[in-house]
Amino acid sequence: MREQIVNLAYLVASILFILCLRGLSSPEQGRRGVFLGELGMFIAVVATLIKTEVVRYDFIVAGLLIGSTIGVGISAKLPMTKMPERIAFSHAFGGLATSLVGVAEYLKLHEDIALGHEVSRLSVGALGFEVFLGSLTFTGSIMAFGKLQGVITGAPVTWKGQNVMNIGAFFGALALLAYQVAFPASSPAWMFYTMCATGFALGILAVLPIGGADMPVVISLLNSYAGLAACATGFALKSNILIISGALDGSSGLLLSMLMSKAMNRSFANVLFGAFGTGDSTGASPTGKAAPGKSYNEATVEDASAVLQASQSVIVIPGYGMAVSQAQHAVRDLAAALEKRGCEVKYAIHPVAGRMPGHMNVLLAEANVPYDALFDLDMINDDFARTDAVLVVGANDVVNPAAKTDTASPIYGMPVFNVEASRSVIVLKRSMNTGFSGVENELFFHPNTMMVLGDAKKTLIGLNNAMKDGGH
Amino acid sequence: MSSDLIFGLYIFALATFVGYQVISRVPALLHTPLMSGTNAISGISLVGSLVAAGSHHGLVANVLGCIAVASATINVVGGFMITDRMLKMFKKGPQGSGANAAKKA
Repeated sequence: MREQIVNLAYLVASILFILCLRGLSSPEQGRRGVFLGELGMFIAVVATLIKTEVVRYDFIVAGLLIGSTIGVGISAKLPMTKMPERIAFSHAFGGLATSLVGVAEYLKLHEDIALGHEVSRLSVGALGFEVFLGSLTFTGSIMAFGKLQGVITGAPVTWKGQNVMNIGAFFGALALLAYQVAFPASSPAWMFYTMCATGFALGILAVLPIGGADMPVVISLLNSYAGLAACATGFALKSNILIISGALDGSSGLLLSMLMSKAMNRSFANVLFGAFGTGDSTGASPTGKAAPGKSYNEATVEDASAVLQASQSVIVIPGYGMAVSQAQHAVRDLAAALEKRGCEVKYAIHPVAGRMPGHMNVLLAEANVPYDALFDLDMINDDFARTDAVLVVGANDVVNPAAKTDTASPIYGMPVFNVEASRSVIVLKRSMNTGFSGVENELFFHPNTMMVLGDAKKTLIGLNNAMKDGGH
Repeated sequence: MSSDLIFGLYIFALATFVGYQVISRVPALLHTPLMSGTNAISGISLVGSLVAAGSHHGLVANVLGCIAVASATINVVGGFMITDRMLKMFKKGPQGSGANAAKKA
């Protein structure tokens, strides 16, 4: 009877989780969705606590207290610019949790074997997947976190035979798993732990060669692995709620990584094994012609301000540079000043701008930019021809015309903004360096492009002041 | 093949399908809240961790379970909290600014 109640509660919780995600289809319903998700989680936890297997509560209470304290601690005050790091970090915890549960389950399984119980192949196989994916997600997410934080170099780290090695390790782990499934009762423990260790190592090795600019795909993919690990736990524990939630998480991660790859016009395989901008692609590219003698218009803040003051319509294109210099509030202030002068300001958001899906939207929302002023790539791309000025704030690849014209460019085929169609372009950039994608940007050398070099936030504040002074 | 596996696969396939349908309706605008929201939901591994932490299969299992409970709780509590914090920030323009506003979501 008690077991039935628990299962019914899990069913209710699963439905609430689906409704929670359903709520995220619009900003108005989002918060209600979150509430439903919280409710579902509460129901699921209470139901678990009344299960007959749970006999002692000291460790449970300790874990819940520690977890809640840390969870509240890192989430209450976290600045929005740190969201990608925080997501990577939490995937790491998710991975850790699943792989630890897997190890605990394995210990229990061994107890059963010692007692002479039958062990099902399904639990052995599912446990293997769980622990392998969990540990891979754990170290992979730590690496992604390190790259985002700048502790580990954001540039791809590669060496010869790297992919062969990784793929070899992957199949090695798979072979170990296959043996354990074939001989569930007699396979030695070292196999299980070697598989676990391979997962840990692969997480590190697989993320090392991926560049910082590809992080949106990696984070989404890790999201999906964390989900699949939870699914595997569900198979091992015969728990439907774990399978359902894991599948929701997994499909969300997969969908996002597909969207991100599509927005870069690159395949999964290319992101994972391609090691963008390592030199093997840029070396062959004729974009080198832009390098020395090519001249660009370096403009002062006053010049740029004059252009903006004369504009009736402005499109702002934010990029990772805006997040780095925390310039979202300064962008909003400038836009407000422009709007006051009767100028129309829109924001163009590229799917891969920033370091995670939706990164720019959250930053601008934080700065109180209304979300109906934000536009996706295909919604705004025709508007550039009718626009007086485009303000590029720390974006680079997403405004590179080479993606449309230069077949040798590593970003060729990636959908980009038609910035060069507008009357004038103002680019805020730290320096004329190509950045680590290593791709030269023709846009910066266009005759109607003004380069304002320096910290984006300072420049924006300067522009805003110049506008007040230059005003009527 | 065991019937448990088949049954599990049924659930998995259907849930993936539902997940795909629901999530493809989430606009790009809300992709970051989506990630932190699914992250919170994936904290449902608590269900497994709690059992491990509270079981009678030896101290090692309990300690591992306890760490797992803590990790999963960080995701659940932190994930829901930060998702809510983000969603609170998304506001419509003062006058709904323009006809294309409605199409955005």
